[in-house]
Amino acid sequence: MTDTPHAPNPAPRLRVLAAMSGGVDSAVAAARAVEAGHDVTGVHLALSANPQSFRTGARGCCTIEDSRDARRAADVIGIPFYVWDLADRFRQDVVEDFIAEYEAGRTPNPCLRCNEKIKFAALLDKALALGFDAVCTGHYATVVVREDGTRELHRAADLAKDQSYVLGVLDDKQLAHAMFPLGDTPTTKEEIRAEAERRGLAVARKPDSHDICFIADGDTQGFLARHLGTAEGDIVDEDGNRLGTHSGAYGFTVGQRKGLRIGHPAPDGKPRYVLDISPVDNTVTVGPASSLDVVALTAIRPRWCGAPPTGPGAYTAQLRAHGGETPVTAEPVDGSDGPELRVTFTEPVRGVAPGQAIVLYDGTRVVGSATIATTERRGKVAVS
Amino acid sequence: MAYLDHAATTPMLPEAVQAMTAQLGLTGNASSLHAAGRRARRTVEEARETLAAALGARPSEVVLTSGGTEADNLAVKGLYWARRAGDPARRRVLASPVEHHAVLDAVHWLADHEDAHVEWLPVDSLGRVHPDALREAIGRNPDDVALATVMWANNEIGTLQPVAELAAVAREAGVPLHADAVQAVGQVPVDFAASGLAAMSVSGHKIGGPYGIGALLLGREWAPTPLLHGGGQERDVRSGTLDVPAVAAFAVAARIAVERREEFAREIGALRDALIEAVREAVPDVVLGGDPDPDGRLPANAHFAFPGCEGDSLLLLLDAQGIECSTGSACTAGVAQPSHVVLATGTEPDLARGTLRFSFGHTSTKADVDAVAAAIGPAVERARSAGLS
Repeated sequence: MTDTPHAPNPAPRLRVLAAMSGGVDSAVAAARAVEAGHDVTGVHLALSANPQSFRTGARGCCTIEDSRDARRAADVIGIPFYVWDLADRFRQDVVEDFIAEYEAGRTPNPCLRCNEKIKFAALLDKALALGFDAVCTGHYATVVVREDGTRELHRAADLAKDQSYVLGVLDDKQLAHAMFPLGDTPTTKEEIRAEAERRGLAVARKPDSHDICFIADGDTQGFLARHLGTAEGDIVDEDGNRLGTHSGAYGFTVGQRKGLRIGHPAPDGKPRYVLDISPVDNTVTVGPASSLDVVALTAIRPRWCGAPPTGPGAYTAQLRAHGGETPVTAEPVDGSDGPELRVTFTEPVRGVAPGQAIVLYDGTRVVGSATIATTERRGKVAVS
Repeated sequence: MAYLDHAATTPMLPEAVQAMTAQLGLTGNASSLHAAGRRARRTVEEARETLAAALGARPSEVVLTSGGTEADNLAVKGLYWARRAGDPARRRVLASPVEHHAVLDAVHWLADHEDAHVEWLPVDSLGRVHPDALREAIGRNPDDVALATVMWANNEIGTLQPVAELAAVAREAGVPLHADAVQAVGQVPVDFAASGLAAMSVSGHKIGGPYGIGALLLGREWAPTPLLHGGGQERDVRSGTLDVPAVAAFAVAARIAVERREEFAREIGALRDALIEAVREAVPDVVLGGDPDPDGRLPANAHFAFPGCEGDSLLLLLDAQGIECSTGSACTAGVAQPSHVVLATGTEPDLARGTLRFSFGHTSTKADVDAVAAAIGPAVERARSAGLS
């Protein structure tokens, strides 16, 4: 017997369920999980009740083509593969929520919602019940295991591809069963594609999906109009003067500049931005960029990766996918409808849209996240 | 490995493999006039005679096709078109709601694109069509019925239909009745002439023959409009160069399947009964699908609904232990939907999501039953904890 006293302890062999969208990232992630010695099973989530109606080629994640691509990747990797129908859950928890949020004047991020409610809830729960130990995805983020066995979520080694923002909703329990093989090594997307090519995966050159998967044609406004109808309302300035009309307040996002279609220019000649959306009276308020400066916000439904902080702390915050970081002071507080997060910005920030998630970081570590409910501009509270 | 999905496809019989491989090295288009062509033609015609003899038909009634799906489509669409061409009033299609998708989707297509009026024949909780139901449906206006189609044996729940009685009702009214007999051949007596059917679909790979070959048995008085136009090789009803090796092997498989049918049905029926008993013991609240009377169902078929389970979950858990079975029908994306057959029998949708079909074949053994008996209890328990998503 060979004596190898310095060999590291082999990682435990886990039963891993790899969520395979049909894209290159999740395929390489599954292949890496196999290579790490795990017992991997691939599963493609059918998220549309009628996949054929969403036939759109390489975009999105609900198409028959994607299901086939995922299956072919699983064949090449050499793992069992199944398609699971989570269309009902997806419709309730993601699509209907998306519509309701817009209807309420907010700007939701359905990918976060899907990670929270589908991939790391419906799918993870089913996986655990069926005897799997973990769910593996192609997200770019890093899980660090502390000495006491608990987990931390960190930004990916390749910051340009980092997706920890859309995973910021995961709590400890979800994180304990999450595996992100792509975030662990400083690998760029091009290297991932090259690796897929090396592994013989036909999805190596498949274009990235950027759009909302359940809006196949990319026309979010059209999708919302179909579901919410049109309702003409006023566009007003900060003093309540009527500047124009719109065909549905849900069509706007705080910070939006284009597409306002206001006839007369602003008195100062400067561009105007959406400051506020009020679904109750179907009114959109616009004003100058300076009025967009947000100094503080309150966010609801906080979720923590680990124990919640006990008092105010200094963090950096990310306010939208692919957004930058900004320094804040944040504190968990008791709100009227449950726990809330109170955030004060060190420097004012612009374009903070209620409905989006705020994710707090300590260095590269994700501390927690919450859904932005209200923002405070200089001397003014906007409630949506 | 416990392969218990023979209703999906069953291994080729060694004799069929031999017949096929013996032909693969030979050349000859059965439509050619020279010696090589004549040899190929002779092989095809001998095979046709063998098939006819095995299935109670005349050789001229055997229209070779690329499989069961083409046979079903040719019967349903072809008879509809021909009957409507004969009289534009004939646009009513009577079909059982438990048909295989090859019939079901063809019927839907006729409704969507060819102005067919589809009437679904009522079935009982076993998925069976009563001859009176067909009589009543035809009787409302015998002159506007294009065709009726009721499968001989159901591929999911194994229920046998009273084919001869249904055919008698149809024949009396001058209506062609088609039956998909893909699952029936080799398991129950199938005699085309005695059945009184106008048309009957059979398939090679379900009976120990090769993939990609099948036949529509077609009474000589019926001339469906072709789906495939070309050389007119098969009675001018079906075109395409015949696949001589597949035809030869198909005939061998059909002959053996029919010769061995009685013994096979007895042995496989005993295994099936043992499986049902074992599953009931391990999962007392399991619901058996189809006819509890062994005479009313295919001897190789066992179908179960497991309350509180997702069929998908069970399939994954059994697959991981080397037990291969089926949940029911699957759509193109591979998403398991509650089966239309199970729903048509009046099963609650939630229960319909937890179905598994085990189907036996000529390679099945007691060890397969033992494997399921050992695995099914824990698998059901685990699938129940995963619940219905």
